[in-house]
Amino acid sequence: MLNFSGRELKPHSPHVVETEGVAKPLLSVRNLEVEFRTSRGLVRAVRDVNFDVAPGEIIALVGESGSGKSVSALSVMGLLPKANSEVRGSIMFDGRNLLSLNEHEMRTIRGRQISMIFQEPMTSLNPVLTIGLQIIEPLQTHLGLTTAEAEARAVELISLVGIPDPESRLNSYPHQFSGGMRQRVMIAIGLACNPKLIIADEPTTALDVTIQAQILELMRDLTRKLGISLIIITHNLGIVARYADRVFVMYAGRLVEEGNISPIFETPRHPYTMGLLLSVPRLDQGARSRLNAIEGLPPDPSKEIAGCPFADRCPFRIEICSQPPQLEFTDVGTRAACFRSDEIAEGKLKWRSPQGGGEVVSLPKAPTALVELQQLSKSYWVKKGGIFGRIGEVRAVADLDLQIQAGETLGLVGESGCGKTTVGRLLLAIDKPTRGSIRFDGQDIYQLNKADFARYRHDVQVIFQDPYSSLNPRMTVAQMVEEPMIAHRTERSREARQDRVRSLLDQVGLRPEIAERYPHQLSGGQRQRVGIARALALNPRFIVCDEAVSALDVSIQGQVINLLIDLQKQFNLTYLFIAHDLAVVRHISTRVAVMYLGRLMELASRDELYENPLHPYTRLLLDAAPVPDPELERQRPVRVAQGEIPSPLNPPQGCVFSTRCPLASAECKAQVPQPREVRPGHYVACIKV
Amino acid sequence: MLNYIAYRLLLTIPTLLGAAVITFFLLRVIPGDVVAVKLTGDGAIVSQAVIDAERARLGLDKALIYQFSDWMLGLLQFDMGRSMWTGRPVIVEISQRFWTTFQVALMSTAIGVLIAVPLGTLSALKRGGAIDYATRIFTMAGLSVPGFWVGMLILIWLLQSYGWQPPITTIPFISDPAGNLSQLIWPALAVGYRFSAVLARIIRSTVLEVLGEDYIRTARAKGLVPRIIIGRHALRNALLPAITVIGLEFAFLFGGLVVTEQVFNLNGLGKLFVQAVANRDFIMIQGMVMLFAVIYIFANLVVDLLYAVFDPRIRYGTAEA
Amino acid sequence: MIAAMASRGSSVLSFARQQPLGAISLLLILIMFFAGVFAERVAPYHPEVIDFTSILQGPSSAHWAGTDAFGRDILTRIIYGARTALLISLVSSLLGCTLGAILGASSAYFGGRIDYAIQRVVDILLSFPLIVLALVVVAIMGRTLVFGIDIGLIAAITIPIIPQVARVIRSSALSIRRMSYVEAARVAGYSNTRVIFRHMAPNLVAPYLVLLSVYMSQAILLEASLSFLGLGVSEPTPAWGLMLAGSATEFFAQAPWMVVFPGLAISLAVFAFNLLGDSLRDWLDPRFRT
Repeated sequence: MLNFSGRELKPHSPHVVETEGVAKPLLSVRNLEVEFRTSRGLVRAVRDVNFDVAPGEIIALVGESGSGKSVSALSVMGLLPKANSEVRGSIMFDGRNLLSLNEHEMRTIRGRQISMIFQEPMTSLNPVLTIGLQIIEPLQTHLGLTTAEAEARAVELISLVGIPDPESRLNSYPHQFSGGMRQRVMIAIGLACNPKLIIADEPTTALDVTIQAQILELMRDLTRKLGISLIIITHNLGIVARYADRVFVMYAGRLVEEGNISPIFETPRHPYTMGLLLSVPRLDQGARSRLNAIEGLPPDPSKEIAGCPFADRCPFRIEICSQPPQLEFTDVGTRAACFRSDEIAEGKLKWRSPQGGGEVVSLPKAPTALVELQQLSKSYWVKKGGIFGRIGEVRAVADLDLQIQAGETLGLVGESGCGKTTVGRLLLAIDKPTRGSIRFDGQDIYQLNKADFARYRHDVQVIFQDPYSSLNPRMTVAQMVEEPMIAHRTERSREARQDRVRSLLDQVGLRPEIAERYPHQLSGGQRQRVGIARALALNPRFIVCDEAVSALDVSIQGQVINLLIDLQKQFNLTYLFIAHDLAVVRHISTRVAVMYLGRLMELASRDELYENPLHPYTRLLLDAAPVPDPELERQRPVRVAQGEIPSPLNPPQGCVFSTRCPLASAECKAQVPQPREVRPGHYVACIKV
Repeated sequence: MLNYIAYRLLLTIPTLLGAAVITFFLLRVIPGDVVAVKLTGDGAIVSQAVIDAERARLGLDKALIYQFSDWMLGLLQFDMGRSMWTGRPVIVEISQRFWTTFQVALMSTAIGVLIAVPLGTLSALKRGGAIDYATRIFTMAGLSVPGFWVGMLILIWLLQSYGWQPPITTIPFISDPAGNLSQLIWPALAVGYRFSAVLARIIRSTVLEVLGEDYIRTARAKGLVPRIIIGRHALRNALLPAITVIGLEFAFLFGGLVVTEQVFNLNGLGKLFVQAVANRDFIMIQGMVMLFAVIYIFANLVVDLLYAVFDPRIRYGTAEA
Repeated sequence: MIAAMASRGSSVLSFARQQPLGAISLLLILIMFFAGVFAERVAPYHPEVIDFTSILQGPSSAHWAGTDAFGRDILTRIIYGARTALLISLVSSLLGCTLGAILGASSAYFGGRIDYAIQRVVDILLSFPLIVLALVVVAIMGRTLVFGIDIGLIAAITIPIIPQVARVIRSSALSIRRMSYVEAARVAGYSNTRVIFRHMAPNLVAPYLVLLSVYMSQAILLEASLSFLGLGVSEPTPAWGLMLAGSATEFFAQAPWMVVFPGLAISLAVFAFNLLGDSLRDWLDPRFRT
């Protein structure tokens, strides 16, 4: 298959997926235990994990942060810091126990037999070395190729991973590539010596949705063609459903369930898997009532847990759960570590939501516009890196016309550079628009006098994405929630303020003792709730949620989303919900707007957009995002967007999507299409629709 | 690349201008009359006529704008006026002493770099080990002990062990290299020790930082041998910031050798500067401050150019695919 | 308020526990302060009394650090020298760091042209080593005594510190300004004053304290250098740098202890503050780093 300078590398014999135990596994992990010595004591990151990988198959390790999935992968590669980590158990690969090998022997395996691809493409390549050199290195080290041979192979690899113009790319540097391209380079490096196994640790988490799809398709393609086994580590159940053959679910360092894809998704037998599947917002599901969230927080890894680690949060826990459960076979051929999986199989246990259900807010009959954006534009000048620092103009938002109706949740989605974050900032008056106007309650906010503008600041609040930098590390929770009231003098007395603080904390689901804590003592989900409480302190009418749940774990996301919906009903709030996760947006929004490179592509009510997407970009976006349903995924056509997202410094002429659009023609480049109402309430900016 | 050199060179012009302007006004900010202060500085009683004559002689009675243009024009011709103390041209006084200071600065820098680079690197690579511990003590001490005191200790040792005393005049390198080196090695060692302490700490810190970067993890995952990981991947990134430190610290030595020259009785720029300060020789002070600024600006220039050579991010900018 | 003070008290203890080297440096500093404040009681002799019968004597039981060319006890002069060094350095570094911090923080907060202008001036001032700037100030101000204190010297040490601190604090302030909680504060409509004093300043305390320690040590070195050159403290006031100059240079061959002990004192003092600065940096950083 791969042919260069006379030496031919045969692909490993392609392998049909077989059920466990029949074929000899390529990798066999048994009783894996990993402990770290930290300043807080001994942390057991992985306990008694077992899994096999057969030649040629794709398996997924799924879990949230702290589940131990990355640590398990790093221990296979022997990349954990030797100084303060201890790994026990056995990792059999190709007949050898990797844990018994010394460092020198492990080096012959790394990059040669087993490769690893990491999460952050932006920082995983050495900035001062050419990518050619970085690809050639493993070839020279492991295969002893001469420079000429290695360069030839490198060119092959570069074109194999879909990077155009491979010869000239040899001498390029990483900073000249986008994130998606750098990840392709990482894949090329991973494939260089034709390994038997590739481990990909959250390979697409840091990439845009359409680029994610490209990279994952590429990985699946290549590994299938070359007979390489693939371990994908992810928290995204959609990716698992679309790509994996088998899946291993991890929680708090332990394996809780494992098996083939279909039975795991259709008939989960462990409460955590059930809860996870139910709490993930789904792209393909219409108006639902509350997300079934999993209550509580993941356990503290430094504390020893007797018994089932999930028991604390499990709605089905009983007394015996204080004993450690073992992985047992279930009725559907999977294995689950739960004493009650039989009862689950019999359908006796139904997942209960923490609080009762309720409909998501729907649009009022006669909508009134609370916020109106007219021809809103924001450009700013950027030093275009490099030698002369030439100034370039970035059109972050261009001629945006949008209305947000009182009481609704407008979801705003798009990929990098689409301008959605900028819209939020303009609405919050953190940045000033270059052109156009913002009207709130009918009045242009930049024409307001001081008192009215102060009123605007009252009415419009924000919840930020990063739970770490959105709270002042020097203030307690109570101080932060109380401060808006002090600054605006909204309450009569200190008691009145503190009463309100208590009630706000209660409303966002925080226990009263949280009030005296500092941010570094809280979890991500708790910090986000504090941010919400702070935003509510002034009784706002409109809240900008800027990726408010993006940084949270899946099971915590559900909690916060439910909270936001409840609060909206309770306080009659209007939301602008900015996000890149289409499924979350679908769940929480009443209407959805799609942006690309600063312009509005499509605007429609929620169900209309997801069921009837008209703009080619929206369709591509929806196709690219995988859904946690293996059956559905198998039937969906795989349509992947071509090319890279253009840089906002250099947007295409005419329709900004024309460079990647499957329907594009010459007319599309002639002028910028304006959004037209193609169906009632459904606006599309495309001349082909 | 040539463009960048040209651009960078052009950029130094406004910086030099700025330095000239500030230096000029620096010494016009003195309360009272410069000349009067100088002449009466030690309690001498001087008549107004003498003061006025002196002012006229030094050209300080002209309007500020004329003085400024005189200064600027003079700079272009390398003329910084005449010393108020010796009456000789400032530029002559400086050039007589420049090379001594330059040589000591160069030698100190060389010693500092030769010690710090291996020490800092090893200390980071074997973090927590014996070498690291020893290095940290060494560098801590080097930062804390006054350079001139180390010089004095060296002199005491030399005197007591070898009966050697620093010569009255500095032996030029050209006429007697051995003698010159044997004279200048000692102040270079004293200053070099401190230099190496500063540099070793910084190198240790950058190497540690680089070792924690993602691309080092990638290099390990590729199965590369440690020698390549450290030599090719880590050091090339870690030593970049060290270039800046070395360059700027070298520039600082021109003014910073002040006290060391006093101890070793070297007739260098530092000694001249101290004399100027002690004698309130404002014209000399002005000229020397300008000199120090120029040296610093050029050191900056060289550092930037070196960066452009070694850091592809600067050479090629962000031309995305 | 009391809670804040109590937490600060326990902070000192937790600092001592987490940073043992820092605790040692604190101890050293406390000893120096004690010696300086209670010099009259601690020192065995009077620092300025001349006794020609016991000149240039080596260390002995009567004079632990020997005597100088005027028969004065060196140990006594070192103890009194601590008072001089600490007093001058404390005032200068406090003034310098505070003014520098205000300058840097304002520059960062207001941005735009003000920031640009201030930064260009700071850039130029940073082109010179501390000693050069100090000497320029000395040349300009000379010895200006106000109530017996040489404010010329104080100014000479304070002024070079200001741009250095301004630069560091500015960069810290800039990164704080980009934090979401500062943006949230602006969105909530807080006045500039509230944002600066309630949100930015408290987060600048940590780098400020580190800088204060570091520049205390630099101030001690500067004062010693200036006094050595004859441009700082002058006789007969005991000062470490001064003790290394003058007669020391004449007699150092016969009486090396005249050079060794004062230098050791300087080194120890600088070392203690450097170590404190390092430990503070380690202690404060990971705790508040998220």
